[in-house]
Amino acid sequence: MATKALPATKLGSRIKPVIQPRRWLSAPGIIFLVLVTQVPFVLTLYYSLRGWNLLRPDSDTFVGLRNFSRILGNSEFYTVLGNTVYLTVAVVAITLVMGMILALLLNRPFIGRGVIRTLLISPFLIMPVVTAVLWKNVLLDPVFGLSAYLINLMGAPAIDLLAQYPMQAIIIIVSWQWIPFVMLILLAGLQSMPESILEAASLDGAGGWTLFRYMILPHLRSFIEIALLLEMIFILNVFGVIFVTTSGGPGIVTTNLPYQIFLEAFSRWNVGRASAYGVFAVILANILVVIFLRVIGSQSEQAA
Amino acid sequence: MKRRKLSSTLLTVLTYALALGLFFPILWMVLTSFKPEQLALAMPPRLFFAPTLDNYRVAILQSPYLEFLWNTLIITVSATGLALVLGVPAAYAMAFYPTKRTNSAMLWIMSTRMLPPAGVIVPLYVIFRDLSLLDTHLGMILVYAGMNFPLVVWMVRSFMLDVPFGIMEAARLDGASLLQEFTHVLLPLLIPGLAATVLLSFIFTWNEFFLAVNLTSRSASPLSVYISSFKAAQGNLFVAKMSAAATATVLPVMLAGWVAQRQLVAGLTMGAVK
Repeated sequence: MATKALPATKLGSRIKPVIQPRRWLSAPGIIFLVLVTQVPFVLTLYYSLRGWNLLRPDSDTFVGLRNFSRILGNSEFYTVLGNTVYLTVAVVAITLVMGMILALLLNRPFIGRGVIRTLLISPFLIMPVVTAVLWKNVLLDPVFGLSAYLINLMGAPAIDLLAQYPMQAIIIIVSWQWIPFVMLILLAGLQSMPESILEAASLDGAGGWTLFRYMILPHLRSFIEIALLLEMIFILNVFGVIFVTTSGGPGIVTTNLPYQIFLEAFSRWNVGRASAYGVFAVILANILVVIFLRVIGSQSEQAA
Repeated sequence: MKRRKLSSTLLTVLTYALALGLFFPILWMVLTSFKPEQLALAMPPRLFFAPTLDNYRVAILQSPYLEFLWNTLIITVSATGLALVLGVPAAYAMAFYPTKRTNSAMLWIMSTRMLPPAGVIVPLYVIFRDLSLLDTHLGMILVYAGMNFPLVVWMVRSFMLDVPFGIMEAARLDGASLLQEFTHVLLPLLIPGLAATVLLSFIFTWNEFFLAVNLTSRSASPLSVYISSFKAAQGNLFVAKMSAAATATVLPVMLAGWVAQRQLVAGLTMGAVK
């Protein structure tokens, strides 16, 4: 990043007097972005301090931190937070292992590599809501689903995965979607590795595991960090799959933060409480975003 | 050497098996979409059958599908267009006329893309309600343009930085105006990058659900909202038709994604990985 910016800076300073107004070309976009993202966020902060329920217009009064203290004083919040973290960590772990295996397998020359790569990225391109109805109605249906047939074939007792193990089922579905994401980033990392280094090491008699542990893994470190952080930031937002498969239930067993906000806002119409939950969601995401920006920051410093 | 060749073949077979396994749910959806409804849920599952296009006819033509498709198209195209109109000039300014604050501005722009939609949904709903934007195309176009703006700025700027600055300098010395410089010099070089940006923006907008389901109710709802209505089984005879609707819905995005494969990583990581 830093190295690339250099020639542009030179160009800018050389012809500066004539074209400086062109800097303002970014103004409309930035103003627009402030209007659609920052203004709503400031309003979220504002609403989180109010007792407003849309069904009771007279309830729009300042209540200080009451929404936050109510949330923190209720065990529901800790369940929801736990679900969010569990879902995120489990998906990240599964996709990292699977993504790594697939990236290593794809980083070898073989016939049909392009086609296989194309097949492998497809789950990520599919609309999450389609993924959810597909898994729910076609694959995991306890009577007619393909999984029911396979389980029956193996002689195991029938199970209704989504009813008996709802969170695990959601983890499987979301992992299926996100494996290609991790695979693609790690594959880009592997392909940026100079082959000569690997060849030299393998001529020195380094075996597969040694090569992986001491050459490949250190090289992939920043790629792994980027993949995991971005994945976490986006998986905190998982909504469609939960909406379609379990509606957050049974009870609140599969309710994560976005789903809880959805319930507070659009079935209880509690603007204040939903906004306070929204503040928590933003804080959680921002912790990860800050780490992410540090990682790319240090990466571009290394490049320069 | 022979052992090595054997293990290499085994690894290739393993790769094929894993890829097929992961792709299988999609393949099964496509197969189901061509099955007569009474075979869709047959036990044991049928791999071979006389394919029919009936499901597509019913699911697309004898349902509100096309209305939702129209909403999706108009929202996706306009939001991508608006994001380009705002984002390309911004990328231009940030690429060629950087200031001390450009770097932090770029990082701020990126961070807005990572803001959880759930964290801003309540005020968006209230603002939309007060401005009569709920369940309108315009409202959805505005939020999706905001969602895609960071992607456009980051991707297009990175492609612009790859343009040799000698070329632009020469155009300027010849007295080219801003518009001429853009259309005659930059645009031809940027077309592949812009195409990738458009495809990615199209994919993200097409697939979005959270904002759509909360800010629309029916008249402006995109396909994602329509498909989510299949969450409850609608009688026994619906799996094949649902699969047809689902297949038709994901097909454009799959094609776009396959075409933009090479730029997918750069787009997903905002250029952090290329």
